[in-house]
Amino acid sequence: MFVFILRRLIQAVGVMLAVALLAFILFQYVGDPVTIMLGQDATPAERDLLRTQLGLNEPVFVQFYHFIVNAVQGDFGLSLRQGQKVSVLIREKLPATLELSVAAALIALVVGLPLGVYTALRRNGRLSQALLAFSLLGVSLPTFLIGILLILVFSVYLGWLPSYGRGDTIRIGWWSTGLLTASGWQHLVLPAVTLSLFQVALVLRLVRSEMLEVLRTDYIKFARARGLTRRAIHFGHALKNTLVPVITIMGLQLGGIIAFAIVTETVFQWPGMGLLFIQAVQFADIPVMAAYLCLISFIFVLINLSVDLLYFAVDPRLRVGLGKSGGSH
Amino acid sequence: MLHTLAKFWDGDLAWSWRHHPVAMIATCMLLTMLIASFGAGWLAPYNPFDLASIELLDALKPPVWSAEGTRQYLLGTDSQGRDLLSALMYGTRVSLLIGLAAVVGAMTLGIVLGLIAGYAGGQLDALIMRVADVQLSFPAILIALLIDGVARAVVPGDMHEVIAFPVLVGAIALAGWPQYARTVRGSTLVEKNREYVQAARVIGISSPVIMFRHVLPNVLGPVLVLATVHLATAIITEATLSYLGVGVPPTSPSLGTLIRIGNDFLFSGEWWITIFPGAALVLLVLSVNLLGDWLRDALNPRLN
Repeated sequence: MFVFILRRLIQAVGVMLAVALLAFILFQYVGDPVTIMLGQDATPAERDLLRTQLGLNEPVFVQFYHFIVNAVQGDFGLSLRQGQKVSVLIREKLPATLELSVAAALIALVVGLPLGVYTALRRNGRLSQALLAFSLLGVSLPTFLIGILLILVFSVYLGWLPSYGRGDTIRIGWWSTGLLTASGWQHLVLPAVTLSLFQVALVLRLVRSEMLEVLRTDYIKFARARGLTRRAIHFGHALKNTLVPVITIMGLQLGGIIAFAIVTETVFQWPGMGLLFIQAVQFADIPVMAAYLCLISFIFVLINLSVDLLYFAVDPRLRVGLGKSGGSH
Repeated sequence: MLHTLAKFWDGDLAWSWRHHPVAMIATCMLLTMLIASFGAGWLAPYNPFDLASIELLDALKPPVWSAEGTRQYLLGTDSQGRDLLSALMYGTRVSLLIGLAAVVGAMTLGIVLGLIAGYAGGQLDALIMRVADVQLSFPAILIALLIDGVARAVVPGDMHEVIAFPVLVGAIALAGWPQYARTVRGSTLVEKNREYVQAARVIGISSPVIMFRHVLPNVLGPVLVLATVHLATAIITEATLSYLGVGVPPTSPSLGTLIRIGNDFLFSGEWWITIFPGAALVLLVLSVNLLGDWLRDALNPRLN
């Protein structure tokens, strides 16, 4: 157990270091920061002074060390395009992205799970077939196209829901939330549905196939033979055992949701980190790109790590296997 | 030639195709789009990039079946008076070319690394597969976006149009190789211990030759299935990047770029500029996906 956690931790730190190195290279060597900050007409003396001030004359690994120390403290310097501190920019945009992502994940779970169970139990029903076909479409349609279609129907033709921005927000400390105003909720509906549609289809298909697998096992047959009610068999025995892989995949998908938020935020001009990142890419705003790269990798590594540990805690078989083979998983 | 064709028509694969209506429909759709896009130079009613043939007066004409539509432009025109049908045909060609090139790139890289990892084993194997694992834990679109973004930051702004195509292909290919590497490595591990490999080794054939001449043909089956599914993802990735404005420039638009252009006219009621490229994209991806599903089942009867 201890060895397993240690291995995972070391791996996570390794990945983060690699990402930080990548961000560092970007930050330090793409475009000359001295020219960017001083302009073309600076004298060599001014350049040298700034070079020393920025620590650019020090050995590379010392610079890398400083970069990491700064990054851990959340300091990525100034945005080239907006002249603001990158950390401030990201902190302003973070709540919007997180609220959108969590809303999408909740929709995926609340809609996908029951539909998955239903399609598994009524596997030959008409509604089940229709739901499956719909889920295939949900997997094949690109996210941005779903967003455009929803805007066309619900904003342009029906005029029910807004298609642009976040609506009114209320600040609680540095966190600005749209969840406390009616307009905030209205603005959330279309982006959240767009972002969740792919995940709904995924959860539906996953729950269905896992459920079908479990329903075939001996202990379900045995439970039937014992004369348990259908309800107890389906929900007490079958569903419970399908949840382990579903939780894993959903955990991993949370990272995917945050990544795909880039697309959704662009379609709906949702003022989150994704929109910030896309604008940074368009204008080659390297500090913002480097910061986003580090932040999103950190979120991913964190999610992967906790899913691994959670899996380990939930599934006793893993522990037994590890104990015998000495943690060589 | 005719003989081989006849033999193929009687083969298992063709038999499965003839008894699978969905696969037949998907093939027809894909063939139509292939012919229309690669033959765009001859088949398209207009050349949307020929500035002389564009009439600004004809801008924003709706499709032929609506009240203000004209026979001249079957699917209507965009804001600059370009015929949408022609733009679609050329755009599909761009999307397909980038998708195919990216798939070939990812496949080559994945096969080479997978073969080396599986055949050589040891530390090299551990290193390659660790990198693949880490990369697989990130969504491909994010990786492609990052590579694309870095390339844009490195290259000065006025060069962006020139490098757009290679950068896109490279980004999508680099984002897609781990799956090929994993599949190839898995099959190589099995093939490595077969007798024919041992025999080849005994008569003194060098490792690279064994890997690429003897092992490679035997691990290609699953790779081809993966490639069809990957083609659909690659086309979607390209369209997404172009829609986000970091892909193909508007001077030679792909389907994604066309959708991006049309997005600005969504609110003023000119829906066709967005919806037709969107529909073309969905049809393209769907037919490739359906063909991939069929191919997977046909090549691996055990799955049923």
